[in-house]
Amino acid sequence: MPSLPIYLDNNATTKMDPRVLDTMIPFFTENFGNAASRNHSFGWTAEEAVDYAREQVANLIGANPKEIIFTSGATESDNLAVKGVFEMYAAKGNHIITVNTEHKAVLDACKHVEKLGAEVTYLEPNLDGLIDLNELEAAITEKTILISIMYANNEIGVVQPIREIGELARKKGIVFHSDATQAVGKIPVDVNADHIDLMSFTGHKMYGPKGVGALYVRRKNPRIKVTAQMDGGGHERGMRSGTLNVPGIVGFGKACEICMNEMESDAARISEMRDYLEAELTKLEETYVNGSTEHRLPTITNISFKYIEGEGLMMGVKDLAVSSGSACTSASLEPSYVLKNLGLDDDLAHSSLRFGLSRYTTKEEIDYAINHVREAVLKLREMSPLWEMFKEGIDLKSVEWQEH
Amino acid sequence: MAYSEKVNEHYNNPRNIGTLDKADKNVGTGLVGAPECGDVMRLQIAVNEEGVIEDAKFKTFGCGSAIASSSLATEWLKGKSVNQALEIDNMDIVEELALPPVKIHCSVLAEDAIKSAINDYRIKQGLAEI
Repeated sequence: MPSLPIYLDNNATTKMDPRVLDTMIPFFTENFGNAASRNHSFGWTAEEAVDYAREQVANLIGANPKEIIFTSGATESDNLAVKGVFEMYAAKGNHIITVNTEHKAVLDACKHVEKLGAEVTYLEPNLDGLIDLNELEAAITEKTILISIMYANNEIGVVQPIREIGELARKKGIVFHSDATQAVGKIPVDVNADHIDLMSFTGHKMYGPKGVGALYVRRKNPRIKVTAQMDGGGHERGMRSGTLNVPGIVGFGKACEICMNEMESDAARISEMRDYLEAELTKLEETYVNGSTEHRLPTITNISFKYIEGEGLMMGVKDLAVSSGSACTSASLEPSYVLKNLGLDDDLAHSSLRFGLSRYTTKEEIDYAINHVREAVLKLREMSPLWEMFKEGIDLKSVEWQEH
Repeated sequence: MAYSEKVNEHYNNPRNIGTLDKADKNVGTGLVGAPECGDVMRLQIAVNEEGVIEDAKFKTFGCGSAIASSSLATEWLKGKSVNQALEIDNMDIVEELALPPVKIHCSVLAEDAIKSAINDYRIKQGLAEI
């Protein structure tokens, strides 16, 4: 019997690797210096540790250490990328292309610059969550200064054709930003092979600490610049002022190093468990996997259990920490915009659960999860009027519902 | 979001799940809500010759609060006259289950389901809708 509850919400955050914590601890206490203090050994020690971490982070994504700008996390990195490009390249144009299934950090940063005069095109993905490269190309205008498309989606794990997007952007001379929060550390990411100019990622999605992330900013071929969004001491090549979070950065670096060494074996083991979980759960009638299963992270599956409601289902699987596309908890009562924007019917969006596995997930936990979910689904379908109607052969779309 | 003890209790041990014969003229059926909105309740009452609700059943597609609200409603309906049943107010359900503000719509839905079931029964009996 595994210890309960079982954590399967690793796209929200991951448990920190104890090896990461070990490297961080001295930088809270004895090595507490400010990395910007150039005139004593406390500062030098901190700076050295930050430099080392910068290399670890850069290595994981095939970048030069000088191209890593440390931030407080991926949300800040996304904001810096979108707003920073909009300001820096204002003379060149004001058009931005993104996708309507991006994380809110990108979408809301785009909404922000729209108020300042930006024109934003929101591409719509196909039902499998992938964008159409022809549509992307067709959306490009002379005024396009930025294409911002995420590497892998946080709700369904779908991996976009980043290399092709990067090639297109490079050919057209447009800055390409990718929010790679979910991808880095899980699958190989190479900013040069992928022609990425700016890339956001964060420590806590890859077994590192919260509160520290990075924006990769290309220095050569071409040299990319973003306007700082935080004024101050001119840290991080002037792009992000603020005293560096030395323990966080040290931990982030270590997390990157571990992922670099263990990603391949982790991915093989985790995807095997994910596939098993998915195969067992989809044996239940009227159960569907959301998004492409071909182009996807190895750690995630998003499944809709038709005719039952996701939040009710989450309550039934109280031994599991998972999340649902049903936003019944929010005042808006709107289901996940990501699932809706795939073109999924609302009832399927309401019925979804996201399972996110990690390097700490065990086969025993997955076995428990399968049984637990199966029991809850069967129980809830017994009490679902929709399931009964479906079984009677009634087409639910033909029913006149009394919306309230 | 944490649920109240009472919501959990109803969710874990729902009362009166099931289906009554909707063709029976002594049975009133209310089906409210919509799949797109994330909740659908079906509430049924069986009324005897004295106008007393002898049996009540529900099935609900929805969150824990929606399931608990309908379970509680069936419990309250049993043994009440149809006229007494009309007096059940959604705020009674809110209070009993300690529903937070974002879940008040679940209680409204349950009240609608009761009214809708009673109207269905009244129509079958040749009475005017309320």
